[in-house]
Amino acid sequence: MAAASFTAAKFLAPVAARSGGDRAPLHASSSLWPRTKPAPRLRTRKALAVSDVLSGNKAAPAAAAHPSATRDEALELYEDMVLGRFFEDMCAQMYYRGKMFGFVHLYNGQEAVSTGFIKLLNQADCVVSTYRDHVHALSKGVPPRSVMAELFGKATGCCRGQGGSMHMFSAPHNLLGGFAFIGEGIPVATGAAFAAKYRHEVLKESGPDGLDVTLAFFGDGTCNNGQFFECLNMAQLWKLPIVFVVENNLWAIGMSHVRATSDPEIWKKGPAFGMPGVHVDGMDVLKVREVAKEAIERARRGEGPTLVECETYRFRGHSLADPDELRKPDEKSHYAARDPIAALKKYIIEQNLATESELKSIEKKIDDVVEEAVEFADASPLPPRSQLLENVFSDPKGFGIGSDGKYRCEDPLFTQGTAQV
Amino acid sequence: MAAASSLHVAAPVATPRVGSSAGNRSASAARGVRVAAAGSGAARAGGRLVARAAVAAKENSPASAASKSDGHEVLLFEALREALIEEMKVDPTVCVFGEDVGHYGGSYKVTKGLAEMFGDLRVLDTPIAENSFTGMGVGAAMKGLRPVIEGMNMGFLLLAYNQISNNCGMLHYTSGGQFKIPVVIRGPGGVGRQLGAEHSQRLESYFQSIPGLQMVACSTPYNAKGLMKAAIRSENPVVLFEHVLLYNLKEKIPDEEYVLCLEEAEMVRPGEHVTILTYSRMRYHVMQAAKTLVNKGYDPEVIDIRSLKPFDLHTIGNSIKKTHRVLIVEECMRTGGIGASLRSAIIDNFWDYLDAPIMCLSSQDVPTPYAATLEDATVVQPAQIVAAVEQICR
Repeated sequence: MAAASFTAAKFLAPVAARSGGDRAPLHASSSLWPRTKPAPRLRTRKALAVSDVLSGNKAAPAAAAHPSATRDEALELYEDMVLGRFFEDMCAQMYYRGKMFGFVHLYNGQEAVSTGFIKLLNQADCVVSTYRDHVHALSKGVPPRSVMAELFGKATGCCRGQGGSMHMFSAPHNLLGGFAFIGEGIPVATGAAFAAKYRHEVLKESGPDGLDVTLAFFGDGTCNNGQFFECLNMAQLWKLPIVFVVENNLWAIGMSHVRATSDPEIWKKGPAFGMPGVHVDGMDVLKVREVAKEAIERARRGEGPTLVECETYRFRGHSLADPDELRKPDEKSHYAARDPIAALKKYIIEQNLATESELKSIEKKIDDVVEEAVEFADASPLPPRSQLLENVFSDPKGFGIGSDGKYRCEDPLFTQGTAQV
Repeated sequence: MAAASSLHVAAPVATPRVGSSAGNRSASAARGVRVAAAGSGAARAGGRLVARAAVAAKENSPASAASKSDGHEVLLFEALREALIEEMKVDPTVCVFGEDVGHYGGSYKVTKGLAEMFGDLRVLDTPIAENSFTGMGVGAAMKGLRPVIEGMNMGFLLLAYNQISNNCGMLHYTSGGQFKIPVVIRGPGGVGRQLGAEHSQRLESYFQSIPGLQMVACSTPYNAKGLMKAAIRSENPVVLFEHVLLYNLKEKIPDEEYVLCLEEAEMVRPGEHVTILTYSRMRYHVMQAAKTLVNKGYDPEVIDIRSLKPFDLHTIGNSIKKTHRVLIVEECMRTGGIGASLRSAIIDNFWDYLDAPIMCLSSQDVPTPYAATLEDATVVQPAQIVAAVEQICR
């Protein structure tokens, strides 16, 4: 499936343009909708299918040249995707061995999106994710041992063991969560972007590159949720430096995207709010990266948000508790054949950017990193009882004044939750 | 020392409440502002306070006529605005989000003129999207700003419950302490005059279980300004409950800067016979009942608890240890209300000091009716308070 062929001019227009041949509009033959007169700027648009699977279009002419990468770039991307994959595979192992608990949502198959976007960011840029956040954390630079220890519920985890799989945070890496309810991270991301604009315009603090950018990652199911729409509106209204990245893996647990969504082409919702909406092949890291570059630069320049829909797929179930019985084998094999890591490997080899053995040594290195993360997590202590109430309030005076007239937090037993309340 | 509020007898005495009270409170006055002990106080010295009418229209007490203290008269909404302006001038990270807070000046004029002073980005007119702009406030706070988020009516914040409970309350904890959420969530609530069920809500009972939140309710211009400033300066997320019917209360407040303590209760009227715990508008119904009670020979001690979460068990406890009888008067619904939690806390901590069962007068568990007679019957009226005290003291 050809990615949007990007030129700045096309990108600045509120409608995404597509290379490749004509494709049939999805609803052209439907008699259910009275066709309303489209807004003028949409008249010249070609309607686009969401994915090969939906449209049944297996022949995907790539009219545009495939985006390229240098050796260094390609190896960085490769290593990051391999880290994401190996880490998640280890999570599955650890979960079934009883070291990891609760709801664990793995990212296998979607690595091109995380790597393609996040490796373009600076430290000061922010990432907001969902419960499927391990790999976003890793791409943003959170050490694998911190993430693994958090998953094991240890005190050395990035959130002291208090967040868990669905709540990864790291202030030094500007990872603002980790959210369990879909959609609830999007306003937080919008707020981080607002703060970036505020710092620039009110506090007169400007970075040398432009505005700090925030990426909000979320799925297809979220795109039917109110907070998504409310934030598209506000972000565009105030031209906030944010990119809304939809990881459309076609399934929200067992609910197929087309069964839940009146118009499944999510990228179209961008222009409805006045921002560019782009569709990209989320199984191809170089295509994702190319789109991401433009979207991030736009935001940095203060031109406002972009909605990027990445067609991607999760190779595993929704979570480790999901029996994954509803997805058809041929859909799964279709996407397995488009494994982003295999695709990048093929590109690297064909373009002579590196040898097979160099790639193998990267994989070995990552193996060691992930092993070490597990060892570290295993050896780390569980949080002590005294930690229970320590972080309920930033200012522990919030626990109030006890009957003896002292603030409760002055009682050393208080954070254990054993003191009289 | 902050000038005395004219609601109190002139020349109050600051009672040291905590061992190292000066140390505790000056910690919160990081910018070298003296935290007022008087207002939160302890005007226990000397005689009784003059009881107030239910909703004071104009100050008319001998105390205010007598005190020639510096100070200026404000209405309660102006006091809130003064607090906002002072904090926004001193700290450029303080900003305001809400519907119609900017160009319109706020539906109750709390933010009138602020957009002209500070600009459209610092006083942000939001679209009608409470959950999302509250979440935006959380995200902005995580990245260093201090948003004051207004619900045009407190009830609208029900739409923001996801963000208030999951994100405001929880993110400091789930991030292992990495991010703080110093937001203030405020707005007018409570039962007004025939505003209908959905504009007459009391959210304090719904929010009180959320770990990580502090809740305060203001009731006078003096405590409104002091609590607003304290809430803005707090590193914790604070919900500040204002009441629709109290915005036009007039009072003389100090010219010099003051900040009140978020966690403390306010002694309104010292007494001996019964402890009446109340907050927000019901304070005025209690004080009206107090006039009648005094004429009947009772001596009620009235405490405005102000801090709805956490409770100031020191002030409350000292009172109970003196009077041995407790009446709670609240405006939220009976079921699961602040009174229910307060009763539990009192039983847990002060059971041995009680000579009578704790009585709690709350609003009826009913959607607030539009008709005036029914609406009056929904909330606690002074006559009921009088009857309750008579019963307790029997």
